[in-house]
Amino acid sequence: MAEFEPQIIAFCCNWCTYAAADLAGTSRVQYPANVRIVRVMCSGMVNPIYVLKAFEGGADGVLVAGCHLADCHYLDGPNKCDDMVAKLRKMLHVLGLEDKRLRREMVSTSEGVLFARVIREMVEELKELGPSPFKAKMEAPA
Amino acid sequence: MNLEDIVQKTKTYYCLECGKCTSICPVSRYDSGFSPRMMIEHALLGFEDDLVHNNKLFSCLTCYTCQPECPSDVDFPVFVREARGMAQDSGQHGICAHSGQLQSLARLMTNPAVRQNRLDWLSNEYRVSDKSDVLFWVGCAPYFEPIFEDLEFSALDIARASLKTMNLLGIEPRLLPNERCCGHDALWTGDIETFKKLAEHNAAQIKEAGVKKIVFSCPEGYRTFKMDYPDYVDLDCEVVHLSELLAEKIGQNGLKLKEVRKKVTYQDPCRLGRHMGIYDAPRKVIESIPGIEFVEMQHSGRESICCGTSAFTNCDAYSNALRAERLSEARATGADLLITACPKCQTHLKCAMTDKGDEHRAIPKIEIRDLANLVAEAIGEK
Repeated sequence: MAEFEPQIIAFCCNWCTYAAADLAGTSRVQYPANVRIVRVMCSGMVNPIYVLKAFEGGADGVLVAGCHLADCHYLDGPNKCDDMVAKLRKMLHVLGLEDKRLRREMVSTSEGVLFARVIREMVEELKELGPSPFKAKMEAPA
Repeated sequence: MNLEDIVQKTKTYYCLECGKCTSICPVSRYDSGFSPRMMIEHALLGFEDDLVHNNKLFSCLTCYTCQPECPSDVDFPVFVREARGMAQDSGQHGICAHSGQLQSLARLMTNPAVRQNRLDWLSNEYRVSDKSDVLFWVGCAPYFEPIFEDLEFSALDIARASLKTMNLLGIEPRLLPNERCCGHDALWTGDIETFKKLAEHNAAQIKEAGVKKIVFSCPEGYRTFKMDYPDYVDLDCEVVHLSELLAEKIGQNGLKLKEVRKKVTYQDPCRLGRHMGIYDAPRKVIESIPGIEFVEMQHSGRESICCGTSAFTNCDAYSNALRAERLSEARATGADLLITACPKCQTHLKCAMTDKGDEHRAIPKIEIRDLANLVAEAIGEK
């Protein structure tokens, strides 16, 4: 059986983390191809339902990443995002989902190397955890 | 189910177009574009688009205010529920409140691999027993806790108060560590597939546990288990609401109730009152507490006004207007405490109170608590 390859959905802010991912690419910094990036205008606009839907769709891990606290183009996005993630974590804990499956990071435009490291770490951690419990729904015979 | 099946099933063809449903509908009073009579007519004329592919379909509160008034006995809430099933099949889900998180959680819980940590809140203070044949249904409380933490509303406090009260009445209930959502919201938003899966999971767990009696503090779970589960799964146990249990047991066992000096009024939850016909039990419980002065709101019992949203869909300005009206009625009684027996009534009314209002529309403030919390306070130290 082939090694388990986790699927990660990353919600990346347009101004910082999306650009960081771009920088990682143009600088030829290597990171695993397990991530699907969804560009959002601000990490503060990531709604809990986006993350829940990603898990419903069978994602093994979700990354929510955006600007550092002082860098936000909309002033207060990262704080909003932190509040959202803190609430969501409590919900996912009750649901029995491992804490590491949801990751919150702040990665600025110039931190392409950091973005690559975050993805590498996440892939390693998720490989250890194995597939998401919600994946069984998709793979089990109807 | 297609439109014709729905018409046949709910006997809407008996409709006389008298419009009593629309004239009594709490939503229609505020939203002139919402008309149960028109919706029935659309169904009878076969105008599927106007009925099913119309967002107004999800505005109905399924609160059963209209159905008892209908001279032809058309079951409008069930008609709406079935029509929503059609809407879901065509990819329409209404506008879900809280961006659909609660619906998503219910769908996630249909997964057989899910192992929840839903009993983290349980402390040694409460006596539970895995051998008991009485089950206490915790329901969505552990999920409500983070979602509604900003509202100063704790659904788990209701669960704690219920457990404490049951313990003092000599009942050590059992709790299921992996109970699923009861599926109430899924059913009433027309997501029958999710509802069926949840019902099957729950029925299997209850059967395995050998439970004879299930106690609910939430009227929605109570209704769903009592009225809807029998249509889908085989469930052989007694289903009671906490207020029924309390009404029966309070005054027995030599249990003394402490004095609570408060003027109290009561909001009938639609699921407990009009759906299940339980009006007297909660009132009896409230009135049995010494020191309480009980007053009724202008609309109470069968006529009571809904809290404005059900099944977490289409929560809009009209819903908020309904809540403001209900809160004004509660305020007008002069009561300083509004008791309800449904956690959702409490979230919705408390949410409305966070609205600051404006010069044309003031939002009255009143303390709101659950029946279980009130009884727990009276029955012993909190």
